[in-house]
Amino acid sequence: MSATIDVEALAAASRRRRMRERVLTHLSLILGVAIFALPIWITLIGSTHDTDTIGRGDVPLLPGGEAWNNYAHAWSQGGGGRNTFAVPASTMLWNSFIMAMLIAVGKIAISLLSAFAVVFFAFPLRMVFFWMIFITLMLPVEVRIIPTFQVMTSLSLIDTMTGLTLPLIASATATLLFRQFFLTIPDEYVEAAKIDGAGPLRFFKDVVLPLSATNIAALFVILFIYGWNQYLWPLLMVTDRDLETIIVGLTKMIGIGDTQNEWNLIMTTAVFALLPPVAVVVLMQRWFIKGLTETEK
Amino acid sequence: MASLDIQGVTKSFGATRVLHGIDLAIHDGEMVVIVGASGCGKSTLLRIVAGLETSTSGAVLIDKVDVTPLEPADRDIAMVFQTYALYPHMTVFDNMAYGLKIRRVPKPEIRRRVQEAADLLSIGQLLDRKPRQLSGGQRQRVAMGRAIVREPKLFLFDEPLSNLDAKLRVQMRAEIRGLQKRLAVTSLFVTHDQVEAMTLGDRLVVMNEGRAAQIGTPMEVWSRPADTYVASFIGSPAMNMLPATLVEGGAAARLADGTIWRFADGARPGGEGRAVTIGIRPEHLFPDAGGLSVSIELAEPLGSETVVHGRLPDGTALTARLPGGIPAEPLALAPDLAALHVFDATDGKRLDPA
Repeated sequence: MSATIDVEALAAASRRRRMRERVLTHLSLILGVAIFALPIWITLIGSTHDTDTIGRGDVPLLPGGEAWNNYAHAWSQGGGGRNTFAVPASTMLWNSFIMAMLIAVGKIAISLLSAFAVVFFAFPLRMVFFWMIFITLMLPVEVRIIPTFQVMTSLSLIDTMTGLTLPLIASATATLLFRQFFLTIPDEYVEAAKIDGAGPLRFFKDVVLPLSATNIAALFVILFIYGWNQYLWPLLMVTDRDLETIIVGLTKMIGIGDTQNEWNLIMTTAVFALLPPVAVVVLMQRWFIKGLTETEK
Repeated sequence: MASLDIQGVTKSFGATRVLHGIDLAIHDGEMVVIVGASGCGKSTLLRIVAGLETSTSGAVLIDKVDVTPLEPADRDIAMVFQTYALYPHMTVFDNMAYGLKIRRVPKPEIRRRVQEAADLLSIGQLLDRKPRQLSGGQRQRVAMGRAIVREPKLFLFDEPLSNLDAKLRVQMRAEIRGLQKRLAVTSLFVTHDQVEAMTLGDRLVVMNEGRAAQIGTPMEVWSRPADTYVASFIGSPAMNMLPATLVEGGAAARLADGTIWRFADGARPGGEGRAVTIGIRPEHLFPDAGGLSVSIELAEPLGSETVVHGRLPDGTALTARLPGGIPAEPLALAPDLAALHVFDATDGKRLDPA
């Protein structure tokens, strides 16, 4: 006797199972999005209300009508808080932008050159130098902050953009990354270039640099955000409020004690602070993913 | 166009000697193929000529000028690499033009030369493509084109056909040979493939463990191999080697089973009892009822002929190329006595009639 199969019932069961799986997947995804997005939503909404609404302790979830005023005020005058002298968000954004750009570009330039030297040249103590660079991985700014500050003081670089960016530029991580990438460039390219008559710098410019383009782009995204998010070093280095970066400036807007925080302006400034990194990621996303996943060979 | 002289070139990596003094003179317009098993130093020799590697001692002369101390770029050579080494981010045109651009050749001149080379190789329609959009054969052509546009004194080929499939390899082989003849550029070609070596070279250099075992035209090397290494390396299937001793005052050889083979071309020196190795190519064996009896282990029918791998009663392997289909057992084979090669049993060197 052959067992009969109830095709209808089995199909229905499998349909139900698939439906259940889909609902479950979407529920967890929605939950995840909510967890990540809610603080940003509250910030966005907060930036559209007046001082008193938030000051009362309400957490509004729907937009208010003060958006234009808040943004215009924060952009041109800045919010006060405990500090008597408010810095306009435009100034702070500009400072942060310059700092992040200098750090990202500087790091990439230095790392490219040092990785090029370590990979393509045989010189005495090559590995010693490589390991010296490697060891700086264990010495981030936070660890060497006092000696570094001392050096900057001696060089009278306090309150300058140079002092702000220079100590953050040396980068073992990027050097390592480029070294690994350069090691995958076949020796034949070097030899072909030698026979073609290209010198080392020509080879760097014409072959190594174009081949590293996607890696550079990916690294730029990471390093720009790293630079943008710098907090401790700028806090220490800069007392001149004209050089204030937005991340430090933002925290200084939050007062302690009996002054009332202008939460609406703080939220507005926070939104400003979010935009450039978001822009960099969005604009360079395609390159970023390419750089992490592809190698053009 | 130029001559190339390699004089006493040696190379050591630390304590390991990879080249034991190579001497080679290549005439203007000649194509010389260096062939040998992997690790015999053939690529190292080529790279020394290119200037990518420095020799431990000896000199390389291009057109009678000692270029040993010169950089690769200053030697006026072009090289085709095994992996082609085309710059992946440049178009075919830029790849071919790169060397000229660096040498500051005027732009119209570059365009003319690249176009000419591209037409010669029929890759004119590919000039805007990137290397990754090309097939293996097309890449090979671009690599050739890059060498041609430079109009160098010397072409160096480092196993350029080994990354191609069998059919394309045969086709490109013929093309490279035709092109080299047409351009009449002195060329040095490295390969491990003996068929490539035989078909491409005006002369061959068979290398064995850092020494040139034999230098000669393909037919010389094939018909009069200098030693057992060359004899078994050149020719496919490989030559059979049978241990024997000289008898009848050197006029004949007695094999292990007592069979006497009388040399058709005269007595070998050394006289009675000298231990020798008799070489006989598979194609020089034919069925003969009075010959050596062979038990067939494997027969490979190729259509017009059959390659038979068998063993003599004492276990010595013997390969024969026989016309027609699979032969019937029992099989007995005899050699063409005029095609016997005699080598010294100890040092493997060829013994010719005194």
